[in-house]
Amino acid sequence: MLANLSIHFPVLQVVVPLMAAPACLLLRQRGLAWGFAVLAMLVAFAISVALLYQVIAGGAISYALGGWEAPWGIEYRVDLLNAPLLMLVSGISAIALLAARTSIENEIPADRHTMFYIAWLLCTAGLLGILSTGDAFNVFVFLEISSLSAYTLIALGKDRRALWASYQYLIAGTIGATFILIGIGLMYVMTGTLNMADLAQRLPEVSSSRTVFTAFAFFMVGVCLKLALFPLHLWLPNAYAFAPSVVTAFLAATATKVAVYVLLRFVFSVFGYEFSFSHLPLQEILLVLGLLGIFAASIVAIYQTNLKRLLAYSSVAQIGYLILGISFANETGVMATLLHMLNHGLMKGALFLSLAAVVYRLGIAQLDQMHGLASRMPWTMAAFLIGGLSLIGVPLTVGFVSKWYLVSAALENGWWPVAALILIGSLLSVIYIWKIIEVAYFKPVSATTPDVQEAPLGLLLPMWMLVLANLYFGINTELTVGVSQLAAASLFGGAP
Amino acid sequence: MSEFGLFNYWVVMLLMMIGFYIVIAQGNLVKKLIGLTLFQTSVFIMYISLGKIEGATAPILIEGVTLYSNPLPHVLILTAIVVGIATTALGLALVVRIKESYGTVEEDEIHAKDESC
Repeated sequence: MLANLSIHFPVLQVVVPLMAAPACLLLRQRGLAWGFAVLAMLVAFAISVALLYQVIAGGAISYALGGWEAPWGIEYRVDLLNAPLLMLVSGISAIALLAARTSIENEIPADRHTMFYIAWLLCTAGLLGILSTGDAFNVFVFLEISSLSAYTLIALGKDRRALWASYQYLIAGTIGATFILIGIGLMYVMTGTLNMADLAQRLPEVSSSRTVFTAFAFFMVGVCLKLALFPLHLWLPNAYAFAPSVVTAFLAATATKVAVYVLLRFVFSVFGYEFSFSHLPLQEILLVLGLLGIFAASIVAIYQTNLKRLLAYSSVAQIGYLILGISFANETGVMATLLHMLNHGLMKGALFLSLAAVVYRLGIAQLDQMHGLASRMPWTMAAFLIGGLSLIGVPLTVGFVSKWYLVSAALENGWWPVAALILIGSLLSVIYIWKIIEVAYFKPVSATTPDVQEAPLGLLLPMWMLVLANLYFGINTELTVGVSQLAAASLFGGAP
Repeated sequence: MSEFGLFNYWVVMLLMMIGFYIVIAQGNLVKKLIGLTLFQTSVFIMYISLGKIEGATAPILIEGVTLYSNPLPHVLILTAIVVGIATTALGLALVVRIKESYGTVEEDEIHAKDESC
């Protein structure tokens, strides 16, 4: 029975959360809806784990939707590049959803909880859909499913500025998605196909035409808007700062990573390394914007006093590292990017969940209210500390592993100054993380610190799951490094 | 292709730029959404033009006709239109909520209210 079902895993991965969403609407009662949503996400997570092991054992899986063979039908394709990301997205979504029940008690009115879970499931389904589909137009549709539900989730924030942030994100996101749509349309008109593998075969024949260049340009700008590459990041800090805390944890850990995946997929698999890096100055553009992003966003982060906003800017900086890895245009660089996508998901998830606990008790994560908070909420702040160390890149955490490969990729190209800049960028993150640790651990409890208790278990458990994942994958790197290495090799011409 | 053959694409670009300009330049949230809709609609027209073949008819089997337009872009754009409607509806819903909590739909006034509190 399970063996028969396992053929359909690539599509079930998306369909389970997608169908669970309307089912939640029928359940109505918010406790039930939560339980059902968690169940659906756990099933999705189990499927993604099974898929990853299937891919490692037997190579890429191609699934013809409704039995219509590609390129006529829509193909779902799971390979080494997207299988670990499927696991990341479904895993983080499941863990953050576990924490959501407690966290949103104080942040969202009770009558909206059921709707909140529905939007959450739809958003997850959209993200998983982008990852597993092998069809260019399908990417656009799933992108809009995830974006529209993300706007809704952000607008549920309790501050009225959440509405404004959501509106700005909607405008920026729609422009990005429309650019992507133009890009896909122009690709179709030149090749007559929408299947990614088919596109990859037919694009080289027409690669000198201006239409293909235009398609590439529109597509890239659209994706960069979605992944918040500096200077197209303006929507991100407000959206993350004012969204409900668990939503921030979920989106920060997954949404931008999925956009980076789309970038990787189209630059390397669809347009091909030849086209992207030889005909166009993509390498220079990504290198400069990546570095600018790291420095500008890290420096702004140092001056923030709202912690959610601070970490949001830190996210923009981390996206800079991801883009930097791609700009090296060598195997180690892309591998570092893949690795950092997974690792950054784990650390930002842990950090934002610990902030969710702070917000749960204090109502707001403001630096001047956190004097000596570590004595009141020791477990929460310990989780924040470990997440912060991971963000900086201290050995024994996941952050160290990806920084290590990023620096070695820079050295492989002989770019000493870039390697030095990466290390200086890490020092900037030491400053902003230290600022918080100092206040929470070394300042005495002052009159401005509210008298609070440790966060409830419903928040601590999911938070520590992610913290332990940070440590586990920092020490036992076999799985993550191995898979990223193989995936990067396949992007550089090896058989996928 | 003759000059006239590119007419559709000139219109598309013109509409797209007008829409984009409204999104950037207008301070009124509803007008911004109108600009956004115009921007999206121009892409719909682009897709529809892509599928049209000169002298071809609608892709319905008729006796004696051999040349048909390509229906695929048209089908794709039906999906995109639905997405566009959803986006506009969500955007307008947000504007209603913004109006309720800020009492205005002008960008600069919203900024002023956020600064003061």
